[in-house]
Amino acid sequence: MIIGAGLAGQRAALAAAQTGASVAIVSKVHPVRSHSVAAAGGINAALNPEDTWESHAFDTVKGSDYLGDQDAIEIMCREAPDEILWLEHAGVTFHRNETGHLGTRAFGGASAARTYYVADITGHAILHVLYEQLMKHAAQVDRYEEWFTTDLLQDDTGRCVGAICRDLRDGTTQVFDAKSTILACGGAGQAYKPTTNGLIVTGDGIAQAFRIGAKLMDMEMIQYHPTTLVGNGLLITEGARGEGAQLFNAEGERFMEKYAPNKLELASRDVVSRAEQTEINEGRGFPDGGIALDVTKVPRRRTLEALREIVNIGRDFAGVDITREPIHIRPGQHYIMGGVKTDVDGQTTIPGLYAAGEVACVSVHGGNRLGANSLLDTLIFGRRAGEHAGRLAKDLSMPSTPAARVADTERRIRDIMNRQGGRRVSAIKDELGETMNKYAAVFRDEAGLQTCHQIVRRLKDEAENATIDDRGTVFNQDVIGALELGYMLDCAEAIVVAALERKESRGAQSRTDYPGRNDEEWLKHIDISVNGGDVPKVSYSPVTITKWQPEERTY
Amino acid sequence: MPEYLLKIRRFDPQSGQAAYWDEHRVELEESQSVLDAVLKVRNEIDGSVGIRCSCQQAICGSCGVRMNGRPGLACNTHLGIAAARKWRTEAVGGTRDDGEERVIEIEPMGNMPVIRDLIVDMDAVHWKKIQRVTPYLVNKEPIPEREYVASHDEMVDITQPMACIQCGACVSDCLSMEIDPGFIGPAALAKAYRFVGDPRDADHESRLKDLAEDEHGLYDCTHCFNCIDACPKEVAPMSQIMRLRRRAGSDYHIDDRNNGNRHEESFATLVRDYGLLHEAELLPRSFGGNSWFGKFAPAAGAVLAKSLPAIIPAVLRGKVSVKGAMFGHKIGSKDLSAIKRLYDKVESRKERVELNLYVVGEEEQPEPAPVGGAASSESEAS
Repeated sequence: MIIGAGLAGQRAALAAAQTGASVAIVSKVHPVRSHSVAAAGGINAALNPEDTWESHAFDTVKGSDYLGDQDAIEIMCREAPDEILWLEHAGVTFHRNETGHLGTRAFGGASAARTYYVADITGHAILHVLYEQLMKHAAQVDRYEEWFTTDLLQDDTGRCVGAICRDLRDGTTQVFDAKSTILACGGAGQAYKPTTNGLIVTGDGIAQAFRIGAKLMDMEMIQYHPTTLVGNGLLITEGARGEGAQLFNAEGERFMEKYAPNKLELASRDVVSRAEQTEINEGRGFPDGGIALDVTKVPRRRTLEALREIVNIGRDFAGVDITREPIHIRPGQHYIMGGVKTDVDGQTTIPGLYAAGEVACVSVHGGNRLGANSLLDTLIFGRRAGEHAGRLAKDLSMPSTPAARVADTERRIRDIMNRQGGRRVSAIKDELGETMNKYAAVFRDEAGLQTCHQIVRRLKDEAENATIDDRGTVFNQDVIGALELGYMLDCAEAIVVAALERKESRGAQSRTDYPGRNDEEWLKHIDISVNGGDVPKVSYSPVTITKWQPEERTY
Repeated sequence: MPEYLLKIRRFDPQSGQAAYWDEHRVELEESQSVLDAVLKVRNEIDGSVGIRCSCQQAICGSCGVRMNGRPGLACNTHLGIAAARKWRTEAVGGTRDDGEERVIEIEPMGNMPVIRDLIVDMDAVHWKKIQRVTPYLVNKEPIPEREYVASHDEMVDITQPMACIQCGACVSDCLSMEIDPGFIGPAALAKAYRFVGDPRDADHESRLKDLAEDEHGLYDCTHCFNCIDACPKEVAPMSQIMRLRRRAGSDYHIDDRNNGNRHEESFATLVRDYGLLHEAELLPRSFGGNSWFGKFAPAAGAVLAKSLPAIIPAVLRGKVSVKGAMFGHKIGSKDLSAIKRLYDKVESRKERVELNLYVVGEEEQPEPAPVGGAASSESEAS
């Protein structure tokens, strides 16, 4: 059983089906609505004969600020070229170079142009092609579209044996028995406001795994993307800078020369976002609180062909023709490097439960993910989880959870519908998002994080009695919103607790009270696990180092 | 901030009530989206308003609705633009506004059954049609060890149908589908072109033959342009349908049993011969081809007889004159020879040129744009 039908989930479904397993894929939205669709810039692989997987791996390790596990990074970078070719043969319409071979563009933190792309709709193109393959393999993969997973199920030994899901169309609840369950339901961006993430990205899988005892890892590592629209936080792809767009402060200075004299705009995302935020904090931003991204440096025809989506975004959401004038951007919440802790086959700390994609933390991204490595992560580890789970399923007997188990879930949903006198779900969600964006953002400190934690604890209490308006069963999105709020709050608390714990600055965790990286004490993962209703427990696990010893990180 | 009167079409199948208009007043900027307004209502007033939505940046394709009578995405339609549209009076149900208030009616998309409020059953119509067109690549053999070699232009070209986000806006307002619910429709046919235009696909001819021979297929489109207007991603489904027809007719010479190709060709030859349409010749040529014997094609007579109930009222109301229909419309001989020269020029080309419709309006040199206030000189230095 696969929960979530973005890139990781669909890739896992196809891989599991290939092993001969009988597969169900469940998603709270139609698969092509999954947020993978918004990935724009491309997907990394050292496929070009002059490039090497070691170079890709080193860039990823360095990008992670040495917190990434190098065994996992090696696997991802080694398997990347074959995955690109698999996608190409499945029908992805990758853009070509002059010789008709796969074309590449430059991307941040990379020492070679190794990002394969379809205009600036790469995630969209891959997601739709995987869905074409799911339609082709409908006999092997059952699709449950618009089914919301409410609970993961465990047997007496603690093994995960499936899930309980609600059919949004008629509100019926069902037990799904599964020999293996793969979580592939994305990150938790909606715990922040603004965020580049869609409204569906509410941390469901991270929280559900956490609640049944799975360990979370690297939760403090929240990526702020350097180029999101000032007004509403919409994403402007890194592909723009990859194609040659430049950043300027209000004084007209190309300020990246100060922060990353070699890579400039194409330094790692954490570096560029910190640079922008420093410029803004020191008064060199524009009055609207932003920095200028100048896409006019890219030839206009190239922009129209390869960056079409952001031309439309500029026009529709900011009233700016980016081929004619700069657009104002700022760092905005984009991605969570952390998630449900897994091994390189996607196995979590709960037997029978796998995770892949943004919901998981392998960890290949460590303290900071490189642009165009996330699509790769979803596909490589989605496939590996699907293959592993599919192979294992042959030797397992089918579990059977009593259908009566749905009664608990149905009661809980009825209770939510019957609540009265509490705050509105949307009001709590807004306060959570604004709080996280204020205190657990690009720069952090002890006092701010403590305040943040207190607010999150209060919001958790308030959420217990948050009220909704809709008491129906057909497409009741209101009650789903109340459940999602609970998931986001669990994720938010894990983020804040981990950020408080890590007393150094590494990757996306930039503590103004602990400004330096401290390998002696903090070259380790922070694991977070459930502790009843109390503040989650913290433990540590080692970082796997194979070839690359930590060095000073400059761009 | 201006105030908008939102009229949201509500329907709950459990209530036993018919659909009704739910009115709310919201204050928002003109440049904010219709989705912003609906979500404001949902978040602050009534959490039970049903609408699918996620990305809020026109890429996930969830929020297709009709706004003041026109389909599109709620998330990239500005309130100011939606309110300025003239709405269809019949949809207002007698509450037509006096023009001063900024009214936006938001309804579910058409041609698909409503599940609840603004949520329609896309599986029942849209996705069923997508599945009709063999919606996956049929690989050319042998599959290369590395990538297929394909030209840059070809891949950019099929990026246009690939850019479809499956929102259903084109399906919503497809007039042919309104008349013939079996019509494969704009979205699915655009999807078909994504494979027919893909140099890696092995099945171009059989795909085209399949779609041409289907009576609800290629030739069921009536050129109304609604899908092109509706599409929020510039996929231009109708243009993709026309490309499929050109490939089927000109490249593969598929003479379909629906007579679609011959009908289309007869328009072309009639304009070449007469400069304008010649209705009396249209049917014979569509069935018998462009020859003297063709005039006696029996199928043409049968269709003529079947069409009389439509033709007679048209004559009675003066839409068609008997003389014009029988003897054709005349244009000057100079103009006619100019038209013939155009035909000669186009038809003398060895290859048919398919224009790339996706990237238009580019110029070689962009004008240098200043950065920030007085910053243009410094930015040059970089």
